Amino acid sequence: MRRLQKGGRIDRSKPLNVSFEGDKLPAFQGDTLASAMLAAGVSLAGRSFKYHRPRGIYSAGVEEPGALVHLREDDRHEPNVRATTAEAFDGLTATAQNAWPSLTFDVGAVNNWFSPFLSAGFYYKTFVGPFKHSTKFWMMCETFIRRAAGMGRAKYLADPDSYEKRNAFCDVLVIGGGAAGLSAALAAGRAGAQVILVEQDFELGGAILSDPAESESDQWLTKVRTELENMDNVRILIRTTAFGAYDGDTYGLIERVCDHVKAPENHQVRQRYWLVHARRAVMATGAIERPLVFGSNDKPGVMLAGSARTYLNRFAVLAGQNVIVTTNNNSAYSVAADLARSGATVTVADLRAQVSACVQQIATDAGATVLVGHGVLEAKGGRKVAAAEVVPVDSSGRATGNGKTLKADLIAVSGGWAPAVHLWSQRFQKPVYKEEGACFVPLQDDGHTLRSAGISNAASDLEDVISQGFALGTQSAGETGADGDIGLCPEAFTTGPFWQQGMSPVWAVFNTNGSPQGKAFVDFQHDVKISDVDQAHLEGYISVEHLKRYTTTGMATDQGKLSNVNALARMAELRRQSIPEVGTTTFRPPFTPVSMGSIVGQEHGRHFRPTRLSPIHQWHQENGALMTEAGAWMRPWYYPQTGEGLQDAYVREAAHVREHVGMIDVSTLGKIAVQGPDAAEFLNRIYVNGWKTLAVGRLRYGAMLREDGFVMDDGATARLGENDYFMSTTTANAAKVLAFAEHLLQTAWKDLKVHVTTVTDQWAAIAVAGPKSRALLTEVTGTDLSRETVPNNHFTHAEIGGVGVRIHRMSYSGELAYEVYIPAGYGRHVWETLYTAGSPFELRPYGTEAMGALRIEKGHIAGPEIEGRTTLRDLGLEGFASSKKPFVGSILCKRPVLEEASRPILVGLEIEGATGAKAGSILFPNVGETKGHGDGWVSSTTYSPALGKNIALGLLKNGKFRAGETIRVVNFVGNETLRAKVVSPHFFDPEGERQNG
Amino acid sequence: MTRYSALSVFRHALSGNRTWGRAWRDPDPKPYYDVVIVGGGGHGLATAYYLAKEHGITNVAIVEKGWLGGGNTGRNTTIVRSNYMMPGNTMFYERSMQLWENLSQDLNYNVMISQRGQYNLCHSPGQMDAARRRGNIMRANGIDAELFDRAEVQRRLPYLDYSEKARFPIHGAIYQSRAGTARHDAVAWGFARGADRHGVDILQRREVTGYLFDGGKIVGVQTNRGDIRAGKVALCVAGHSGHLTQMAGLRLPIETHCLQAFVTEPYKPLVDTVISFGAAHFYVSQSDKGGLVLGGDLDMYNSYAQRGGLPVVEHTLASAKALMPCVSRLKLLRHWAGVMDMSMDGSPFITRTPVEGLYLNGGWNYGGFKATPASGWCFAWTIAKDEPHEDNAEFTLDRFERGYQIDEKGVGPQTNAH
Amino acid sequence: MIRINCPVCGLRNETEFTYGADATVSRPAMDENEMKPWLDYVFNRTNPRGWHKEYWHHVQGCRQWLVLERNTLTHEIGACELAREVTE
Repeated sequence: MRRLQKGGRIDRSKPLNVSFEGDKLPAFQGDTLASAMLAAGVSLAGRSFKYHRPRGIYSAGVEEPGALVHLREDDRHEPNVRATTAEAFDGLTATAQNAWPSLTFDVGAVNNWFSPFLSAGFYYKTFVGPFKHSTKFWMMCETFIRRAAGMGRAKYLADPDSYEKRNAFCDVLVIGGGAAGLSAALAAGRAGAQVILVEQDFELGGAILSDPAESESDQWLTKVRTELENMDNVRILIRTTAFGAYDGDTYGLIERVCDHVKAPENHQVRQRYWLVHARRAVMATGAIERPLVFGSNDKPGVMLAGSARTYLNRFAVLAGQNVIVTTNNNSAYSVAADLARSGATVTVADLRAQVSACVQQIATDAGATVLVGHGVLEAKGGRKVAAAEVVPVDSSGRATGNGKTLKADLIAVSGGWAPAVHLWSQRFQKPVYKEEGACFVPLQDDGHTLRSAGISNAASDLEDVISQGFALGTQSAGETGADGDIGLCPEAFTTGPFWQQGMSPVWAVFNTNGSPQGKAFVDFQHDVKISDVDQAHLEGYISVEHLKRYTTTGMATDQGKLSNVNALARMAELRRQSIPEVGTTTFRPPFTPVSMGSIVGQEHGRHFRPTRLSPIHQWHQENGALMTEAGAWMRPWYYPQTGEGLQDAYVREAAHVREHVGMIDVSTLGKIAVQGPDAAEFLNRIYVNGWKTLAVGRLRYGAMLREDGFVMDDGATARLGENDYFMSTTTANAAKVLAFAEHLLQTAWKDLKVHVTTVTDQWAAIAVAGPKSRALLTEVTGTDLSRETVPNNHFTHAEIGGVGVRIHRMSYSGELAYEVYIPAGYGRHVWETLYTAGSPFELRPYGTEAMGALRIEKGHIAGPEIEGRTTLRDLGLEGFASSKKPFVGSILCKRPVLEEASRPILVGLEIEGATGAKAGSILFPNVGETKGHGDGWVSSTTYSPALGKNIALGLLKNGKFRAGETIRVVNFVGNETLRAKVVSPHFFDPEGERQNG
Repeated sequence: MTRYSALSVFRHALSGNRTWGRAWRDPDPKPYYDVVIVGGGGHGLATAYYLAKEHGITNVAIVEKGWLGGGNTGRNTTIVRSNYMMPGNTMFYERSMQLWENLSQDLNYNVMISQRGQYNLCHSPGQMDAARRRGNIMRANGIDAELFDRAEVQRRLPYLDYSEKARFPIHGAIYQSRAGTARHDAVAWGFARGADRHGVDILQRREVTGYLFDGGKIVGVQTNRGDIRAGKVALCVAGHSGHLTQMAGLRLPIETHCLQAFVTEPYKPLVDTVISFGAAHFYVSQSDKGGLVLGGDLDMYNSYAQRGGLPVVEHTLASAKALMPCVSRLKLLRHWAGVMDMSMDGSPFITRTPVEGLYLNGGWNYGGFKATPASGWCFAWTIAKDEPHEDNAEFTLDRFERGYQIDEKGVGPQTNAH
Repeated sequence: MIRINCPVCGLRNETEFTYGADATVSRPAMDENEMKPWLDYVFNRTNPRGWHKEYWHHVQGCRQWLVLERNTLTHEIGACELAREVTE
């Protein structure tokens, strides 16, 4: 039991039920899983990626590479949770991952013995296998490699929790709630700016929380926090990570609303994704402590020095009784002193040749021993540290003599601190190297809206941290126009040495031969050793990107937060270059991993994309229609009667239309109002056919091309008035056609006085088709719809059920047919009125599948034919194109390949035998090989009730001249070859007597 | 140069891995090369390799402005497949597939070809028909393809969303079993090592700033570290093709766009194949390290920034969860972007140009990685023989003038729609 | 998230807009009969690295086509005006 009787920031009155690997841990409110594990003396927390070496708790924060666990159970199970950031809660269950059969006995650890053979890039040199033109051998090896790799185990269960997205705007976003960030928020808040302050931890304070409780720093924190909490213009978000800085001064935040409880309660979301638009942002993200490299420096019991102090002062856990603190800077002296005062036996091994007496005194006053010019050569022990070999070293970290072995259960290391420049670097560029301080910092540029203050900007001391924060908060607020009285900058409080004051840039300890003793790691999760960096250098993988990718250093779940600088330092040394010459890899979002569900928010399942519904949708559902997706729309596919499948239903529906009358909801068609004195000219340009002669009261079919001369869309347009046209488009292309029309009118054709606007949602539409359609509509409307009054391609106004409607006489099915346009709100009413009135006429609804059958019988083209690569000629529409006027695409449609006589063109196919063809089958001549791209393809197929046979539309090379020829229709993926006779695509009533009747 | 094998790894391990030689040299440039290849990505390195290996042209330099493999070769989602339907594409990509299948052996470098199969999901009867057409063309050209119905897809990929809640129900899928993934960096390194072994000079950190002209003919390149004369100059700089041809006075049917990619934290095997969503631009596979690799749509606006925006992050992750609800609690580790040559018909160029002495390989849209071996192979042929191989015969610049657009998606001349 | 200052609607997120095309190419006159100008207009692009003039469509706003100056290297936004008000 390593929990101290008093101190810390935990609430001893609130014990929590927390377990790891089934063992109960002594946890309190305010603990993390890691602090509870340490309190219980758990040293083995996980296994590394490659060699499955034992891993303990290395840090107290987001940089944790080793203590990754499975958290929670069943459908709330979450892999790869950092124990160091997981807040303890009542009922927390965690288990180990990446170990089999158990954490203590992991078979994968055998890799450790073979590690010399598993050196950097070994897999590129092996596993190819003996067989030419075969990948089988590698794939067999891969199966085993994949099982050994990975970290946590994910489950195939859907997430029971919900998430939400929130947009927010502010003047100043302050990222980080430590001394610098609090000072910045204070200044900006006092100035009157709208401020959002985010802190990833569950408490504000940052490094202050690692100071002993109730010290002077605490009073500072309380005072500043209280003032901030009382400002209406400051929003404080704790448990919130700013994961990315993006263009347009937007920032992505994840607020972990309910990750600190067992399950979200009261309909709370688990996490909330904030998209913040911030006019200015202050990055006060502090720094991450750097490890030191020595033999077995990955062993459980080796920990960042600052983290050991955090566990002590924040969580009241003394992580070791016999402690070696090894460092290259002053910050570790606070660690040594605090640990010694708490009863540990502490030895400081300082790599520096000289350390000022007053700094040494900090440790010695507390009872620690200080060894100047010493480092740890190797950590000793089995699954955890038992001792440390401490050696005298020179300024490069090389041992100068024999060392001594000191008993130790904790080696606390500090290699200085690396400013957390991630967000700045994501947004702008690679950070710049600051020789003084030996670290990468953001480039200072007042033109940037995201700037850094405090330790993330390598501030020199605490006073500097606070004044930088306060100044940048003031400046940022000022730039947004907030210029209220900011008062005085808070004074600094008393604190020990921190940050990397006095640092000497030496990060690794070598034996007298200049080699690391045993395995010395730079990347703890991916098991990248100094020797791997050396090997990459030998083999020429010397750029930082090559180094990273060849050795995988920095590619683990901490994304190099701990490993990068030490790997770079080593490569710089080998290349005899400076660190800035070697450079860094690119910082990418997110700063720390974010759960995918949080970014998705509510846009999943049904809500993945919006669904568009016709005003008549409900009726279809109530009357048993099966619906089908048509882009964003849902449309009735067919209305099955008892026991009917798709095939029977659509054949029945289509036959019914030809015999009696049917109606179909066509509200999804695109509808565009084209209005203005130049409307006819506009239509003349955008359609291939002529429009100048269309009289009011009439309508006309039109086809339009893309700019490159291929067919884009077709539909009918009615002339409602002198300057008023009503264009319809296919359901699929409505948005595209409108945007295209708007583009032309607002850029190239500005001279045309035309306005186009969508009226798709304003009108419901019903097609009424069949020999009895006129009789039905005449009765319902009481309007004269005779052939003479309303011939085909004319429209009239009428009333149905008291609603004014417009009736277009036009036919897609080839029957006598009408389209009724109804103000959308009355769509269902008119549909039901028609349905009721239609019963003596045997009116039945029909769905899209029957509509397809009817249009194929007529040889009308649809989406499968207008597939973006077909020309007017290919589709048999060349007759529509006017030769008297230019139109969109009229020049480029004449390019030579598009005019080749042998191109596949639209034909009809009568399929031999009882089986229908499948769309997508390939057409071949009746004899010869079925190889290559064939003579064409089948675009649409149906059983034709009118003809009593299976028919199809297809595009066939030289199709015009092949009528009567028998060809093969090959569906390779369905293992089926059929034969078909080439015929005209106009299978049924080619003269159009029915539709014109 | 050491031949890589299990034995060589063993031998070197015994000497502490301190005796490995360089994978490729770092030479000083010669004043003249028969061919200077601009761009040290997969395509440029493959071109050099095949120029030397297939055509005996070894006086070749690759000029790379950064580090080899540092462009799109090192930032793609590593998928290889040969499921192309349009004449002009089909056999080219199949050549690539066949080269992939022997590439590790050929290069003596394990590029980790994992033929774990690829599913293209269909979400409507219309998509099933389109998939059938594609599959039939593939089969008629000797390429493997299978069409699965919903039940079969559900049997094979039970973790996708087959519930009532799925916005776009899965109707079936077209499947290519020989498709899969490769280790992208290894492809660059393997080709680099192979080219170097044949005597090709790889010149890194050297940026081409212009060309040397003799009359109207290009006879070399200017770089930030001196001029290099060349018999032929060959561009393999997809993403920047427009920039480098403009120096030679050419405008291309290409715009540069930014494409994002995503990787999650590593997990134990979860997805053992490649799955493409049919209802949105999205696909997923899992790397050998265990990260789910996600690909999405373009950011839609022209960009050279190698940095993507949040809207596409949101769309991509929403697609992931729509397809595979279980990813919700898994965590995104990193997202990045590469810049693509997006061509006006979605298909590439491997061709001579109107400028004598200048050869172009580009316009790869987001399909460049899978094409790498065939791209190098065909480009080498074109450079060596001054005429295209039949597999790249249609990848010319004049195809737009002729009307021969190779438009797999049928969306027309809008680069960001392909 | 690019933010575009629509002259009609004000500063809005890029998600309200769709990217259109290069605004430096101009459409030939309707009666242009030569193939070349059409080929250039439809297919060929300068594709600059740096500042670019481009069409954006405020589809989920005023539905106006805009001409926006934007830097393709840095994503900085410059002037934005209504396409119909741009004088060539």
